[in-house]
Parts: sequence; structure tokens; C-alpha cells
Amino acid sequence: MTLLKKIAETQVWRSIFRHGYPSTPRNRALAALSNVFLHLHPVKARKSGIRLSFTWCMGGITFFLFLLETITGVLLMFYYRPTIEYAYNDIIALREHVPLGIMRELHRWGAHMMVLAVWLHMLRVFLTGSYKPPREFNWNIGVILLLLTLLLSFTGYLLPWDQLAIWAITVGSNMARAHPVIGHEGPGASLLAVGDVSLVTPASDIRFGLLAGRFVGAAALLRFYVLHCVALPLAAGLLMAIHFWRVRKDGGISGPM
Amino acid sequence: MAAFESFFNSFASPSLVIIISIGVFLLYFFRMRMMMQPRVSFAIMALTALFLVVGSQNHDFFKIITKGDNMPIVIMIFAILFFLWLAFRQATLNDMRLEQGLPPNEAESSNKKVLVWPDLVYPEFVMTVALSAAFIIWGVMVEAPIEEPASGTRAPNPAKAPWYFLGLQEMLVYFDPWLAGVVLPGMIVVGLMAIPYIDTNPKGNGYYTLKERPFAIFMFMFGFLILWVVLVIMGTFLRGPNWNFFGPFEYWDPHKVEALVNVNLSEYFWVSWLDMRLPDNPLQRELPGIVLILIYLLIVPAILARTVLKKFFHQLGFARFSILVVLLLMMASLPIKMFLRWTINLKYLVGIPEWFFNI
Ligand code: HEM
Repeated sequence: MTLLKKIAETQVWRSIFRHGYPSTPRNRALAALSNVFLHLHPVKARKSGIRLSFTWCMGGITFFLFLLETITGVLLMFYYRPTIEYAYNDIIALREHVPLGIMRELHRWGAHMMVLAVWLHMLRVFLTGSYKPPREFNWNIGVILLLLTLLLSFTGYLLPWDQLAIWAITVGSNMARAHPVIGHEGPGASLLAVGDVSLVTPASDIRFGLLAGRFVGAAALLRFYVLHCVALPLAAGLLMAIHFWRVRKDGGISGPM
Repeated sequence: MAAFESFFNSFASPSLVIIISIGVFLLYFFRMRMMMQPRVSFAIMALTALFLVVGSQNHDFFKIITKGDNMPIVIMIFAILFFLWLAFRQATLNDMRLEQGLPPNEAESSNKKVLVWPDLVYPEFVMTVALSAAFIIWGVMVEAPIEEPASGTRAPNPAKAPWYFLGLQEMLVYFDPWLAGVVLPGMIVVGLMAIPYIDTNPKGNGYYTLKERPFAIFMFMFGFLILWVVLVIMGTFLRGPNWNFFGPFEYWDPHKVEALVNVNLSEYFWVSWLDMRLPDNPLQRELPGIVLILIYLLIVPAILARTVLKKFFHQLGFARFSILVVLLLMMASLPIKMFLRWTINLKYLVGIPEWFFNI
């Protein structure tokens, strides 16, 4: 105990933590206030709002899963090359040559559960009426986060480059070619034309833009990889920051007036 | 076992699965207090588990439900049963309090503020550790699936979208891709975003209740449970090769043939009823369907505004009400089209394949 006390009195320790051990109300408030991560929380919260039976901790679980996906995802990136020659073999090698190789398992089960957790979180927010004023905007941020979660999962599905991956993405992206205006099999495809030359063709429609080609091929793999590892996580991270900020600014987790 | 299997296989049709689901949904909704008693709800969960355990005697069934990528859907079934109980149990208890003139249970402690450290940070920490442990165990026990290397020429049968999109793939049975894959999902997103702006009911903000907002909860739960979750479950466990429907204990025979006997409305109208030849001009040919769609989208809202939804029309005003009704009608279009398919084998209400314009 005296040793711990000594450590807590060193200049190094005090340069990091600017308050005493969080055992007094003042220090506990300072603990939440002076730490950038804990600062996502308010200092005080409604007792009814943080009850497990009220939030189910589902937003928190979703965030936990996002962090799990980020950490395991970065580890996976060390071993994975997004090209047709290497992708599949790199995935096989993860199991056979990489020590403690359960990163892929954690990443995959975590991804499935994240989709489920977002749905359940949305369900609880709906059932407690927490989208009502003043939280309308945060609900909308949430809807975009829901889409980003699904897109993250969808783009990741292609990366193992096995039969499951390429055909699931083929089935999914086939929908895009039926886009009513900018899909070449959509009812409005013929509307966009210059004279006799149609502008919406298999080589110029939205599906082509998504896959960077007419089929799910090398270019689609690279495109999905970049979206999955860089663009979508950045967007999701940014929106989560806004989401949490708004939870605080809208008066904390909701409760009866 | 054989009797058990054939009993459940005899429910094997999309129409029965959906009609029974709607029946159970209505039972829950209108007998909420009874259904939310812990022993009733937990008995239902136990029966579901029993069904899976007994069913696992069947080798094919066992293989399907324990497939790595299908485990999330099994977990989802129990998670949804459990959280529905947790939510609506609190809602019914609150409703009883409200009936007695008491504030909802949450109000007892909603003015009490507690310090986030430790009251929130500690539980978060415990949750993090517990979940990490659970995922490590799961990861060690079940290997992530990997199939044959990708081949652009050999399509697997069935080729399924990722599980969370199977509801959309199921809609493809009833609608063309431009509706099932683009317009309807777009409507889901727009609809979700519109919820806070079209639900102007100030009650039920920040606590569980059913009585104070039955309409909103009914619509949301119908869309979420029947038109999304049930379709995902069906798409995972009951749709096999060629997207044919199979009973839970039926062997997924890739050669199962299902007769295609679907007929367009235009054929019913011109050929069967008027005893004429189909007109050559597609617009004239499809006129009956086009008129029906216009009635559905323009006249039906006006009728609703004067009859069953009169109250909402006055509360919401024209703009909000129009958005609400269009969203509800889009949502209802799926069960309506399903019903028409099951009863009169209707293929398209409006079928202009020349322009990919089929409804
Ligand atoms: C990546 C996805 C998401 C994450 C990480 C996330 C995280 C969180 C967290 C941690 C909270 C605090 C309370 C709680 O845990 O319930 C919260 C609240 C909230 N979330 Fe989310 N969320 C996500 C998606 C969504 C979605 C899809 C919606 C709705 C469509 C939504 C709407 C809301 C609203 C309105 C609140 C305030 C609730 C209240 O004050 O009671 N969020 N979110």
C-alpha cells in the first residue's frame, strides 16, 4: 500500500493522472472529466438510465464489438494481401501457420454479433421512445451507423475470396444493376440517353461503379478491401464520436421527464 | 421422431410460415400481459430450445443449425425472444402503474444522479472482460468457415446473400430486383429516418410502455419481426437449392422442381375475364394494373385519412400524414403481394418486361 502510495506521488504518475485515487466524489468526478475516453461519459448520469434492464448495454456492446473488430482487423491486415493470387491462400495460412490463430474467428463472430447488437440497440431505443425530441437527430446518426455496420460486414464478406464470398457478393451486388435509374436493368435505364446512345450500360451503371468491373473480380476485391479497412471504419468512427457526444448533449440517456 | 419430423414438415410452405408468424404476433400484441408473464415467456423459450434439441437428431437439420455462419441466427432467435420479454415485461408493468395514476417505474430513480465513475465505468469494464472471454471461447471452439477458392464460373446452389440481407433476397420471390433490392430497402432507410418526425406523440419518451403508443409500436414491431426477422430465419433455414422452400427436416434436394404457374394481372383481365387477346401496346395491356397501383397510392390514403386513420390525419397535418401513409402502404405492399401470389398465383400487377418495369 505504501509502495502504491509512493508511486502515486511520483512526478511521472502525477503528470499522467491529475487527480487522487477516485475514492472521493471529487476525485471520481475528476476521473471522468480529465480522461479523454471517459470524457465520452458525463460526470453524472441518471440512475434509471444506466440500469442494465433499461439500455441492455446494447449501444455499449456494439461499441465494444467495433473495437474488437478494429483490433483483430489490424492484426489480420498484417497477414492478408488483397489480390486474387494471394487472398485465399493468406486466409488458409492464417489457420495453419500463424501462432494463436483465432484472429479470423474473433473477427468473423464479432462481425455477426455486431450486426445483431445494432439491431437490438435500435429496438431498445425505439421501445423506450428515445428517438423523440430532443433526440431525433441522434436517431438519424444511428440509422447511418446501422447502414455503415451492414456495409462493413458486406465488404468484409468478399475478402476471403472463396466460393461463399464471391457468390454472396455477386447476389448482393446484382441488385444494384436493377436500380430504377442508374442500373442497366432498371426501368428508367433508357431514360438517360443521348440520342440513341444509352448512358446506362453494363459498363457504366452503378453496379459497375461498385465492383469496378462487370464481374466480381480483382478490381472489386481491391475496392472492397479499401472500403472495408479504411473508408468505412473511418466514417463509422467519426459518426460514433458524434453519436456519443450527442447522447451527452441531448441530456444523457433518456428518462421520463 | 418420424412423426415429429413429418408434423413440422407439413407446415412447409412460405404462406403457412408467414401466416402462423402473423398469428403469433397478434396473439402477443393483444394478449401482452399474459404472454409477458415470466413463466409463459420462458416456457416459449424453453420450447424453442427443445425443438432445436429434438430436431438435432436429424442429421441434416443439425448440420444446418450448427454451421458457423448460421449460429448467429440461432443466437438471434433466443436474443430476440429474451429482449422482447425484457422490454414488454417492463412495458406492461409500467402500463399497470400508469393505469393507477402512478408514474412509470423509471421515474422513481430518474432524478437521482449517480457518478459515472464507478457506477457506469465498472459495469462497462465487467462487460468488456466477460464479452472478451466469451468471444475467445467461441473463437477457439468453432473455426471460421472457408470454402473452395472463388470461381467465377461455378455458382453454388443455393447462392445466398449474407444472412442479414436474406430478408431482401426473400422479397425477390415476390418483387423484381428494382423493387426488392433498391426501392423497398431505400424505403426502409427513409422510413427509419422519418420515424422521429412523423411520430409526434409526446408520450412514452424515456420509458417502456405499450399503452401510450400502441400504433407506433405495432407498426415498428410488425416490420421488424415479420417482414425482417422471420424472413431472415426462413431464408437461412428453409430456403435451399434454387431458392426452393424446404421443410425443416426435408432433404435439400437440388432437383426438386416447383411448377411455375404464375400469371400476370393483364392476362387475367384481358384473356380470362374479357375473353380478348392481349393488346399489343404495353401501356394499354397493363392499364388495369396501373390503375390499381394509382388507386393504391392516391385514393387509399385519402380514404384512410377519412376513416381509420382520421385521428392521425388531424394530429399530423397533411405533409406528415402523407409521408406516414406512403411508408405504411409501401410496407404493406409486401404482405399484399405475398397474399396475391399464394391465392391467385399472381406474377405481376404491372408487367412490362420491355422496360424492366414489373410490379
Ligand atoms: C455502430 C452502431 C452504434 C453504436 C456503437 C451506438 C452506441 C450507443 C451508445 C453507447 C449509446 C448510449 C446508451 C445505450 O447504450 O443504449 C447510444 C444511445 C443511442 N443510440 Fe446508438 N449506437 C449505434 C447505433 C444506433 C442506431 C442504429 C440507432 C437508431 C436507429 C441509434 C440510436 C441511438 C439513440 C437515439 C440513443 C440515445 C438513447 C437514449 O438517450 O436513451 N444508435 N448509442
